[in-house]
Amino acid sequence: MGPSHKPREIRLSTTPTPEALAELKLGDIVYLDGLVYTAREGVYMRVLDDGADLPIDLPDLSMANFHCSPAANIREDGSHDLGAVTATASFRFAKWLPRWIEQAGARLIIGKGGMSSKDYKDYFVPHGAVYLSTVGYGTGALLGRGVQEVHSVHWNKELGMAQAMWVIRAHHMGPFIVASDQTGECLFERENAKISANLEKVYEGTRPAVLKRLGETDDRSDEMIG
Amino acid sequence: MIPLDAIEATANTLMAKAAIEIPDDYLAGLRAAADSEDGDLSSFVLHAMLENYAAAKEDGRAMCGDTGTPRWYVKMGNECRIEGGPVALEAALRRATAQATADVPLRPNRVHPLWRTDHDNNVGIGAPEIEYGFEPEGEWIDLITVHKGGLFGTDYRMLFPSDGIEGIKRFYLDSLVAFGKRGLACQPAIIGIGLGGAKDACMVLGKRAACLRTVGNRNSDPRIAELEEELKELGNSIGMGAMGFVGKNMVIDCNIEVGYCHTGGMQMSVHAFCLSSRRAVARIHADGRVEYRTDPDWFTPYQRRETVEWDLPTSRAKSA
Repeated sequence: MGPSHKPREIRLSTTPTPEALAELKLGDIVYLDGLVYTAREGVYMRVLDDGADLPIDLPDLSMANFHCSPAANIREDGSHDLGAVTATASFRFAKWLPRWIEQAGARLIIGKGGMSSKDYKDYFVPHGAVYLSTVGYGTGALLGRGVQEVHSVHWNKELGMAQAMWVIRAHHMGPFIVASDQTGECLFERENAKISANLEKVYEGTRPAVLKRLGETDDRSDEMIG
Repeated sequence: MIPLDAIEATANTLMAKAAIEIPDDYLAGLRAAADSEDGDLSSFVLHAMLENYAAAKEDGRAMCGDTGTPRWYVKMGNECRIEGGPVALEAALRRATAQATADVPLRPNRVHPLWRTDHDNNVGIGAPEIEYGFEPEGEWIDLITVHKGGLFGTDYRMLFPSDGIEGIKRFYLDSLVAFGKRGLACQPAIIGIGLGGAKDACMVLGKRAACLRTVGNRNSDPRIAELEEELKELGNSIGMGAMGFVGKNMVIDCNIEVGYCHTGGMQMSVHAFCLSSRRAVARIHADGRVEYRTDPDWFTPYQRRETVEWDLPTSRAKSA
């Protein structure tokens, strides 16, 4: 580990050009401007499995899909009170993402923990899509500051507030970290590989449990998502 | 007699405090981590978190968008009496949880496990959890709210005496490495370890070790205190930091709590209280006075007692 240096900071539109996406390098810090929508299992099931029409015009309005449920309230008069915003772990949505990127034209998938490089190569790279990770995890107050207004909320009655589609207007919203690139490289896998090299030494002087579990492995370089 | 309206008003305030203000002990621990971190990305993340705590406090907004699953720990002095009794107390805590969910606002996280029904207020079957403890004397009631987040970082394993300390270290490292990858555990965290009891008691001990002790606090058994230090260092030697990036800060502190278990076993649980270690505490006195603090002070000598009887005069000396 060398001396700390500040990562590169980039401002990006939520309807980015293919050129702007191609510019992004692993570890870059991104701040977003434009409309961002939340969609997770509730929205995916409704649109992709049940065939419901998209409630907003995608990807014209936004190409940025945030895996998020905000800490927010819809007041009785219909106005919104939005506080903190942070991501939920994205690997659980791999089942729906290929079709979502295709149908909704998403080019920025924003969430926690990223996907595997296989996911990136299979269905991110062919569409020029990039994964942005939130930072922390839990810079919810900073991200909340970047929300200029709640544009609209869809399906909150049907799905509950946490699973509803929140469309928010971002202004210098961030920080996010670029976690995949146009070759399908994965920032987290790169870091895991570096850390794995040291693990043998850390485990010295420990002993495997006398009672095993089915499927147990001692290969600590294994990825846990998939 | 503790007035009921004081309980509800205090509970409302605690809900907001827990969501918005990072406790001082955790903040000091994270500052020390940020100072020592030399992994580029990890260091960036820790400094962003410090900025985030300041922003949350300044704006009065929740520090993290996932505001966890609010729960209550209630402790009462032996002479404490509550207006309306325990049922009124539980109703007040449920009302405060629902009210604060709308007011702060918090994320309405709680849903039915099968039907995914969301009341949009963090209240439902078994939610919020309300757990109780007692102390030998006093007319006060302590309300502690913990909004532990996350779906990752917690595990349980039945170990046996022959697994020994080497087995404990192995399961500890396995848990940190597995859940630390990609930062799923939202580390650096306060790691709580439960040892012994039975499966359920072991999980409770570990969770309380993570959530109801402060950073820098040590177990009263000097040999356990030593193991806490050793495991903290071991966790920070993995080479993994915030978000699973290369770094040297995985564990802000490691707390261990034990309970007597079956002679053949050595149950172990691991819990991670995340970068948003949300807890807030208040003591309400019989005259309605309220004192806020961030240290739950849960694990008193009485909570860790080993004897059949608890001698009141002795307790007076010990808890003074």
